[in-house]
Order: sequence, then C-alpha cells, then structure tokens
Amino acid sequence: MIEKRRKERIDRGIKACTDDIFCLSSLREISYLLVPRILPVVLVFFLVLVVSLYWKKVLVITFVMTIMAISWDFLASCGLISLGHALFFAMGAYSAGAMNHYLGLPVYVTLPAATLLGGVISSMLVFPALRLRGIYFSVVTLIIPLMLMRVIEATKIIGGTEGISALSPLPGLASSIAISMTAMWVVLFSLRRFITSDYGLIFVALLDNDRAVEASGLNIVWFKIQAIFIGSSICAFCGAFMTHYYMSVGMSAFALDLSIFPVAATVVGGMGTLAGPLLGALILGPLSEALRGFGTFRIVFYAALLVVFIVGLPEGLFHYVRRKYEQIERWVEVK
Amino acid sequence: MLVYGFINSLILALMALGFSITFGISGVANFAHGAFYVLGGILTWLFLMKFGVPYILSAIIAVAVVGIIGALMYRFLLVRLRGLVLSEVITTFAIGIVILELLRVFGVMGFQYRLPSFIPGSAEIFGTYVGIQRIIIVAAGALLMLTMHFFVHHTKMGLSFRGVAQDDHTALSVGINPERISIFSLTLGSMLCAFAAILILPLGTISVDEGYDVLLKSLAVCIIGGLESTLGVFIASFIIGYVEVLTAMYISSSLTMVAVLACMLTILLIKPSGLFGKYKEIEERI
Repeated sequence: MIEKRRKERIDRGIKACTDDIFCLSSLREISYLLVPRILPVVLVFFLVLVVSLYWKKVLVITFVMTIMAISWDFLASCGLISLGHALFFAMGAYSAGAMNHYLGLPVYVTLPAATLLGGVISSMLVFPALRLRGIYFSVVTLIIPLMLMRVIEATKIIGGTEGISALSPLPGLASSIAISMTAMWVVLFSLRRFITSDYGLIFVALLDNDRAVEASGLNIVWFKIQAIFIGSSICAFCGAFMTHYYMSVGMSAFALDLSIFPVAATVVGGMGTLAGPLLGALILGPLSEALRGFGTFRIVFYAALLVVFIVGLPEGLFHYVRRKYEQIERWVEVK
Repeated sequence: MLVYGFINSLILALMALGFSITFGISGVANFAHGAFYVLGGILTWLFLMKFGVPYILSAIIAVAVVGIIGALMYRFLLVRLRGLVLSEVITTFAIGIVILELLRVFGVMGFQYRLPSFIPGSAEIFGTYVGIQRIIIVAAGALLMLTMHFFVHHTKMGLSFRGVAQDDHTALSVGINPERISIFSLTLGSMLCAFAAILILPLGTISVDEGYDVLLKSLAVCIIGGLESTLGVFIASFIIGYVEVLTAMYISSSLTMVAVLACMLTILLIKPSGLFGKYKEIEERI
C-alpha cells in the first residue's frame, strides 16, 4: 500500500505569542515582530547609498512604480480590480504638467495639488463604472485610459501627441530619491495600518461580501468612491512626481505598460498584503531595466512571467516567504 | 450614410460576437480576443501569400489553428484558475499581449500585410457605391448570426451551451460536462474571432495595434449591450456603428472614439448592466 502523507502546518510558538497576546516579554519576541518591518527599510536605504548614479535613477523609477503597485493592491483588496492604472497616473501627470505650464506654479505647489486634482478627476471618470463588480469593473477601467489617449490624440488638447515639455525640474537627484523613497514607505505603512483599522475594515469587506456591507446600512458606492479616491490620489502623486522628474508629460502616461506593471508586481509579490506588491515591484523594476535592451520584447517577457506566476505560484512570493517565517511545516501520515 | 452605418455596425457585431459568446457561456472574459483576431488575419496571410494555399483553404486553416489555440489556452492554463476571475482576466490579457507583442517583434507592420478582397469591385445600393467586400461582410455576418441562433436554440450542443450559461451546477446534474462545454465555447469564440478577422481585414492592413483596437471596440459593444446577451451585442453594435458614422460625418472623423466613450459612460450611468444584460444582474452587479 502506498503510504499517504500530507503537509501539516503549525504556527510557530513565537508567532502565537506575538500575534494576538501582545505582551512582548523578550528581546527575541520584539525582534521577531520588528525585523521584517525594519530590515527592508534599512536595506533599501543602504542599497540607494551604494549603487552607481545610473542605478540610482533606476531606483527612483522603481520606487514610483512600487507606489503604483501598492495602490493597485489596495484597490484590489477593496474588490476594485483595475486594469487601467495608467489612467490615474496620467491624470496626476497631466494635472501637474498643466498647472506648471499654464499657471506657472512651482513644484512644491503642483505636486500636492496634482495629487488631489488627479484623484478627483479619476474618481469622476471611474464613477460610472463603480456600480459594477469584479470583471465588469476591470473591463471598463481597461477601456477608459486607452480611449482617453485617443481623445487627446484627436482633439490636441493639453499638448496633443507631443505633450508638454520644459517643465520645472525637481531639486536634485538626492531629493528625488528622498521624496520617492519616503513616499513609498509612508504609503505602504499607512495603508497597512489603514486597512486594519475599523474604518478600513469596511473597505476590505467590499471584496469579501459587499452585499453584507450594504445590508449593514452602509452605502457601498460611497465607500468605493473613497477607495478609488485614495488609490487614484496615490497614483496621481506618482504621475505628478514623474512629470517633474522627466520635466515633460506626454501620451506615454496612458501607456499600457503602466497599467500592467502594478498587476505584474502584485501577482509576483502576492495579493492582499500591500507588502507583496512592494516585494514584487522591487524585483521587477530593476529586472525590467536590465531587459531594456530587448525593446518591445520586454513587454512579452512581463506578460509571460505573469502567466507563469499566476499558474505556477498563484499565492505570490510574499505569502510563500511569510508562511516559512510564521509556520512550521512537516509531513505527517494520513490515517 | 445609412448604408455605411449599417455595414459599420455589422462589422462591429462580427468583432464582438466571439467575445460575447465565450463570456456568456463559460464566464471567461477572453482578453486575448484582439490577439486572436490579428493572429487569424496573419495566419491566413501567411498561408495565402507565403505558401500559396488557396484562399478558402488558408482561411479554414487559420480559423482552425486559432480555435485550437483557444482550446489549448483553456485546457492548460485557465482550467487551473476557474472561479478566480481576476486570475483569468490577467492570464488571458497577458496571453493576448504575448501574442501581439511577439507579432510586433517579428515585424508585422506595413502595407504588404494586406489580405486581398474576395471579389474586387463595387456595386450601387440605394445610390451609394459600396465595395463587394463590404457586401460579403454583411451577407456573411447575417448568415453567421442566423447560424449561431439556430445552433444555440435548436441543436443539442447549443442547448447544453445555454444550460451551462444559465447554471453550471444544474447542467452538471443533468449530464452536461461544464468543463467540456467551456472548452468548446472558448474554441468557438476564438474561431468566430478569426473568421471575423478574415472577413473584415481585406478592408485595411493587418497591424498589431488593430488587435488592441478590436479588443477595445468589442469590449465597448459588449458593455453597452450587456456582457452576456447576444441580442444586446447586436443592438449595441448598431448604436455604436451609427454613432461612429454620424460623428465622422457631421463633426470630425477624429472624434469617433470620444463619441463612443461618451456613449459607453452614459449608458453605464443610466443602466449599469448594459441594455440587455439581465442574467446575472443580481449576482454580479449592484
């Protein structure tokens, strides 16, 4: 007879102690909680210090993309799976560009203003789709940026095909790195805190069972609007930042790769944790830069990687690592 | 104008039909639709021009190959992800991108990638000159719609398609294998898509961007019509078709996309489930 075995997973003792009892009694328990949170921050910080100028620039872009990925995951954990994240990015990018170019506002005004304005415009554009769920929502969000791109192409508003250039730059590379890196950690940790708060639980509940939310007397469309506003403001910040970083804004802000990258990063990293996309994006960002020589082949590579991960390791890297960190695995006989 | 609007609408309906059928039956939103469309065109071109296979034969081969690719995609990738809507969408979308961008890498661009018309020349209908190709499209489109209607309503296979579309658990309990039906529906959808490509592409050149365009248009049509309703697709393509032609005639031909987008958003605001989407209204949409 074939001996049948199954994998048993048990939480480590230290996890049980630190998880919900909250009575940290030793340095070991404190470090068990703190190391996974502080170590990446420190590592990334030193990484930025040591790499060459070229890779510093790559890292700035990676940080911005990471923020996009985190925002995508936030929306996905609210049940709003967007396939058109470029829309939010572009709204921020164009608002910053337009404010800077036509109104002559300085960077420290346009950056926060574009964040808000971009969030408001994106929420208004996505509003008609908010009553849809799941796949229907994704379909509509996929269409909107691609069509808006055509609109700008056709009507030649805000720069048309050439875009707006000669915008004011950010003050130096060091401050760009500082801004983007700080923004990344702030977004990550505040969103993580937010979705575990009482108010944030409603957002997560939208994914799990939105009719239960509605039955509790809460207006789900209103909460979805809030979620979209938060998510799209974050992306609008990315757009505004990149506009000033490149000193120009163009139709590439609507490009498909901007919509795909957050999805790819989240799928690789693991969904629903917000830290997963960070992990995925920090891997994919430099990787895609290294593949830049291949031209359009890059996007093929992305997409293929996406398929491989979603079929092969559907839970994502972060969930895998976390399981190893928190649980003991062993084979036991099936009786 | 009326005639051109009519033809334009039927072209849209042909494009969207494959997507709508697949989605309506198996619930898989095939985002690789645009890629299959271009692939169908390219394969026909390849067989016709490079290998010198007769037109009809190469068209049949192309349709078959695309259908098989659809089936393989379901059998080896999607079947592991059934029920995880997000994963399905991402997978099909990613496969679509892989196909399209690979075609781009191999340099599918320019005027030589062009299917000849079936029969050159033009004819006069209600005082307008219309190319024979367009007339063929209309005829084939109408024929296809009728065949599909007959197939879905009067054959055993078609009836089991509808059964699975309505409720796959019940379908399973009366002896229909939903897995098999899903594979067939994906094959059928891909084949229809390739068929549409072969009919429509002689009007222009084959290009990679066409793939994204077709995906956009079919999605727009399906959203307006209601994603799982074939009648809705038909009506919606007439709405969009005429809106496009009217905008092009009276305002500006570059504004057609704006009109379509505005049309879509308005309809979503008024009736989120689309004009004819009734089926899963309570389940899927709020």
